[in-house]
Amino acid sequence: MIAFRKHTGLVVPLDRVNVDTDQMVPKQFLKLLTREGYGKFLFYDWRYLEREKPNPDFVLNQPRYRGASVLLARANFGCGSSREHAPWAILDYGFRALIAPSYADIFYNNCFKNGILPVTLADAQVDELFRRTARQEGYALTVDLESQTVADASGLRFTFEVDGFRKECLLNGWDDIGLTLRYEDRIADYERRHQPQARPYGPLDGITSGD
Amino acid sequence: MPPLSMYEKIWSSHAVVEEPGRPALIYIDRHLIHEITSPQAFAGLKSAGRKARRPDLTFAVMDHSVPTKDRNLPLVDKVAAAQFDALERNCQEAGILLFDMQSPDQGIVHIIGPDLGLTQPGQTIVCGDSHTSTHGAFGALAFGIGTAEVEHVLATQCLTQFKSKPMRIGVAGRRPRGVTAKDLILAIIGRIGIGAGAGHVIEYAGEAIHELSMEGRMTVCNMSIEAGARAGMVAPDDSTVAYLEGRPFVPRGKDFQEAAARWKTLGSDPGAHFDRVVELDATEIAPQVTWGTNPGMVTDVTGRVPDPASFADAVERSAAERALEYMALEPGTRMEDIPVDRVFIGSCTNSRLEDLRLAASVLDGRKVARTIKQALVVPGSERIKARAEAEGLDRIFKAAGFEWRDAGCSMCIGMNADVLPSGERCASTSNRNFEGRQGKGGRTHLVSPMMAAAAAIEGHFVDIRQWDVHPVE
Ligand code: SF4
Repeated sequence: MIAFRKHTGLVVPLDRVNVDTDQMVPKQFLKLLTREGYGKFLFYDWRYLEREKPNPDFVLNQPRYRGASVLLARANFGCGSSREHAPWAILDYGFRALIAPSYADIFYNNCFKNGILPVTLADAQVDELFRRTARQEGYALTVDLESQTVADASGLRFTFEVDGFRKECLLNGWDDIGLTLRYEDRIADYERRHQPQARPYGPLDGITSGD
Repeated sequence: MPPLSMYEKIWSSHAVVEEPGRPALIYIDRHLIHEITSPQAFAGLKSAGRKARRPDLTFAVMDHSVPTKDRNLPLVDKVAAAQFDALERNCQEAGILLFDMQSPDQGIVHIIGPDLGLTQPGQTIVCGDSHTSTHGAFGALAFGIGTAEVEHVLATQCLTQFKSKPMRIGVAGRRPRGVTAKDLILAIIGRIGIGAGAGHVIEYAGEAIHELSMEGRMTVCNMSIEAGARAGMVAPDDSTVAYLEGRPFVPRGKDFQEAAARWKTLGSDPGAHFDRVVELDATEIAPQVTWGTNPGMVTDVTGRVPDPASFADAVERSAAERALEYMALEPGTRMEDIPVDRVFIGSCTNSRLEDLRLAASVLDGRKVARTIKQALVVPGSERIKARAEAEGLDRIFKAAGFEWRDAGCSMCIGMNADVLPSGERCASTSNRNFEGRQGKGGRTHLVSPMMAAAAAIEGHFVDIRQWDVHPVE
């Protein structure tokens, strides 16, 4: 996993509440076998008109937000489907940090597994960032995971909360399977004690896999 | 010992490692996988030189993009075919039991788990799919995970988890006639909102919940994720035990008696702490119909499309305006005056035998309105399909003008050929009315199977409570 320490980038405001992962990556793009290349599908149905003509009304297509790498969003961002294609697309598009008042659980978790920092700020703070982004073309923010702050060039500085374990993993880009495998003995021990309950009952009468 | 909630009991019996200041390592009893969210996990596993630790606790099925007819013909969708091939290859290499498209046990992952008895009380169950919450109906801790976590479970049979907060939703009283489990859960989400469950695991309790069949409880738990909750659960009782007895993967004989006795101790202790408690009265709940683009945008069938101006919060107001624009609805329109173009009865929310029976009881002796372009019924599994056919339900559906298909996710998500065309309106028994969910530009109204069937007959939504419907035997 890629690490996240500190990032400065142009902010794009997505002023919609409850943005679901179906919008982030529509279903027709879930049939691929890789994790790469989803950036062009991000917000597909909002971003494009017929024949992939960019929709000029959609905020990501406005010239002033070209190259944005910080996504400013509203409450319950990433609700719905668990598809990790959503953070893959967000990352592949070029976003490194998200800022919103709240996130859906699975999506929030998925971001950390992909080197994206989802920053949670209070409603009023998010409102203020929306105002500043609208007012000032080229508005950029610096998101610093180490100090847990979001800051702009004119002195605004907000601090945010993040769980210590998640922070450590993201700062170091740790592979959490590797971390878990350090506990292999404990897992094996648990399996020995728990085995009779965990094992599916067999034989598998009447069950056919189809081939 | 302080009194524990069901969630806490299952959590602590599965904690392999629990250290202060760190998320716990939780053991996973059942890992269900399907074609959409697993290929990258297997690829990751392989590139790191790792193996599936417990293929015997992992079960795979093809469901999301499977065609629902002409399964003996070659697949038209080559991209989907490549994904099916990948799943087959990955399962073969790892030694994982796969229910492929030709299997008589194939079906939607959340339907076949309980139906085959893979799902059992007290278990931890995960799947790379948010509606894994369905399995909580059995008093299991079941939740959806991302693909990185699918890889993690394959490699370690464990999951790194932060503890959620227990929440209790009590539904007192008895449901009125014509009000189903689907209406209960839609009413609950309408009341508490789609983000209300974030960070929580919901335990559903109360007379109206325990009076539900296991099928109904699954419908309720299924949509927990639509309230933002990680999981939903119902304490095991006699119905749970009766449902499971004799299913293929369930213990038999003395083992079953022992298991059943253990299952019945899983419910929350009296006085257990819940971080949030919500109480509803089932007698006040009417059949529900959604009007917007998330499941919380819902009202009684006797209600009207709301006026966005009536929302106090500016963000909510603009969301409602946008939703009405997408749905092409005018504020103040009576829900019963909304015409529908297509009807879809299916999905992991409402495609079990009971759902099909309820829909058939409405359709029996009636015909789909001429204005309906398509009425589709997609059983949740091939086993359910066969059972329904043995009861003659297929004949009722077909006589009414419904198409009777093979099992899969179908028009719930439109990843196969069953897509809702742009601009058309669908009465759907699925769980998500998000923009474009059933097809780009398609307009979804979530309803119960009875309400969907009645909408098919009349060509618009109707209050099923007004109908004289007799259960199909
Ligand atoms: S039926 Fe719909 S909600 Fe259920 S698993 Fe399939 S796509 Fe997901």
